[in-house]
Amino acid sequence: MANITTEAQSSRKAAVASPKAVPPRGASLGARIGDPIYLGLTFLASLSIFAIIIAIAWNLASASHLSMQKFGFGYATGSTWDETKDIYQIKPFIFGTLYSSLIALILAVPVSIGAAIFLSELAPKWIRTPITFLIELLAAIPSVVYGLWGIFVLIPWVRDKFMVPISHSKVEHIPILGSLFSGDPIGPSMLTAGMILAIMVTPFITAITRDIMKAIPRAQREGSFALGATQWETISQVVIPYAKSGIIGAVILGLGRALGETMAVTMVIGNQAPQTESGISWSLFDPGYTMASALANKFNEATPGISLSSLVEIGFVLFIVAVIVNIFARLLVRYTAKNL
Amino acid sequence: MKFGFFKTIAVAATLTASLLSGAHAQELNGAGATFPAPLYQKWFAEYGQATNVKINYQPIGSGGGIKQITARSVDFGASDAPMNADELSKAPGIIHIPTVAGAVVVAYNIPGVGPGIKLTPDVVADVFLGKITKWDDARITKLNPGTKFPSSGIVPFHRSDGSGTTNIFTTYLSEVSGDWKDSVGAGKSVKWVKGLGGKGNPGVAALIKQTEGGIGYIELAYAVQNVIPYAAVRNAKGKFIYPSVASTTAAAAAVSLPADFRKVIVNTQAADGYPITGFTFLLVYPNAKPELKKFLQWALTDGQKDASDMYYAPLPANVRQRALAAVNRIH
Repeated sequence: MANITTEAQSSRKAAVASPKAVPPRGASLGARIGDPIYLGLTFLASLSIFAIIIAIAWNLASASHLSMQKFGFGYATGSTWDETKDIYQIKPFIFGTLYSSLIALILAVPVSIGAAIFLSELAPKWIRTPITFLIELLAAIPSVVYGLWGIFVLIPWVRDKFMVPISHSKVEHIPILGSLFSGDPIGPSMLTAGMILAIMVTPFITAITRDIMKAIPRAQREGSFALGATQWETISQVVIPYAKSGIIGAVILGLGRALGETMAVTMVIGNQAPQTESGISWSLFDPGYTMASALANKFNEATPGISLSSLVEIGFVLFIVAVIVNIFARLLVRYTAKNL
Repeated sequence: MKFGFFKTIAVAATLTASLLSGAHAQELNGAGATFPAPLYQKWFAEYGQATNVKINYQPIGSGGGIKQITARSVDFGASDAPMNADELSKAPGIIHIPTVAGAVVVAYNIPGVGPGIKLTPDVVADVFLGKITKWDDARITKLNPGTKFPSSGIVPFHRSDGSGTTNIFTTYLSEVSGDWKDSVGAGKSVKWVKGLGGKGNPGVAALIKQTEGGIGYIELAYAVQNVIPYAAVRNAKGKFIYPSVASTTAAAAAVSLPADFRKVIVNTQAADGYPITGFTFLLVYPNAKPELKKFLQWALTDGQKDASDMYYAPLPANVRQRALAAVNRIH
């Protein structure tokens, strides 16, 4: 294979060296064989991704067929998970995954886009380099470290400075806002899970958004300034619209990470489905449970049979949720690109 | 001269032995319970130094241990909960060998209140059922006349991961409270009606330590090491017993184990026994390697003296004899 590559390269080099000359017969033979092989190899590589996804979906589905058969759609719509009675339903886990990720995005997106604008448009170089470095560092911290920090630093701080004062105030009596802040201010909760996730996805969204803004041609900005626009007008009416579909892609990538994040969330979310009839609570102070953390908690001790099968089905549902989110993201990016 | 001669022989023999065994260093693999893992690690290190048999142990949880030994991918499994009939049918002939007993303590964090508050079984059950919600509830203050309790809320913590510790605790509550048995039940993982879950003993210990008003169940060793106060619980004979190695041993001595040892022992009848205790087991097949048999014999004799240093109770003499007899079934 190495042989082919070098032959192909040398023939290309020859072509570059004398652009006008027709390549001799001998050299183009290498190119003629090399190209189809190269095409085949890259095609196989791209096919392997497709095959892996199909294999994962197939394995998850077949290993969870016992629980699919027993619970049907009730698996996703019921709210009881009780090992002692062999009832497995995961609505609270699905809700927890989506809700904690939503909180994370609400907190992370404005900060990330703000940081990206500053880094790509406004920051002088001496401050840009260290901040970029720190953001990359933040992305490299293992999630279990975030979890530990969450338990020992974030939770006590949020509880004492935020949750306790709010629950002692009259906020609870305000109609909609009150239901977001009801419940005991214990600490581990949807709120802390969302905050940890927000901290974890911020570097991703920031880094990608910044790169996208950097890639916008200089001429766009110069044109805007030439028309007399201020810096703010340039950013809000040229840079952001131009980068919009890329920014949405970055946000979706962050969402993907938040949906699947396991260890850090498990450590701070409280691991208890809300004690309501529906298994759903919109209160930020209530503990919750996500699909990934349920898997992490329960997999070690699951006994083969219906209990293990139900756990694998969590993986399957998480997989489907990821697929749906990605399809949705594609459509959104396409839609925004069209409307540019 | 004579002494020197023997010494030379001894040195030569040792060298040969170590060379031989070095060439054939034996390895055993095991996996399972986290509850006795600290003790097991110490055992394996000690035994490895003494005999050159290397034992690898992965503390992946009791359920994992059962799965692995059932699939015969390890030489032995370890579990805090005995295997149930279903699991047993998939691993025919497997032998449960009890190794030590451990206590599960009810640990708490109440501002201004020290260790050793008295709790009755029904109070413990009702706290975890969410029926008693304040520390100054009359049912708690009545039991502890000298102690001043704050009026703060009680926050019960449990294990979010399946665990033998949970099995011991919920089996106990099912035995002492009809309410508990009907609404929650017993198992390695149950449907909790109140409170929050933490992952592993360290997770629950951290939650209790950080939360004023928190209460939770953890292993004795974790409570001692993390300096978390824990409660004395009233036993079947009506005495309030503070958990310790001695009261765990006393509880274990009074139990009558079935022939195959498969029983979670809680609510002991011993007057000085702490009621929330359980044995932990190693799971082996009758055709296990001879090195494993030797190790088990060592663990049940010499190894037992390590137990109390690490807050596990050595097996009472009668259980130990029967466990050794079970080990001898390995051939």
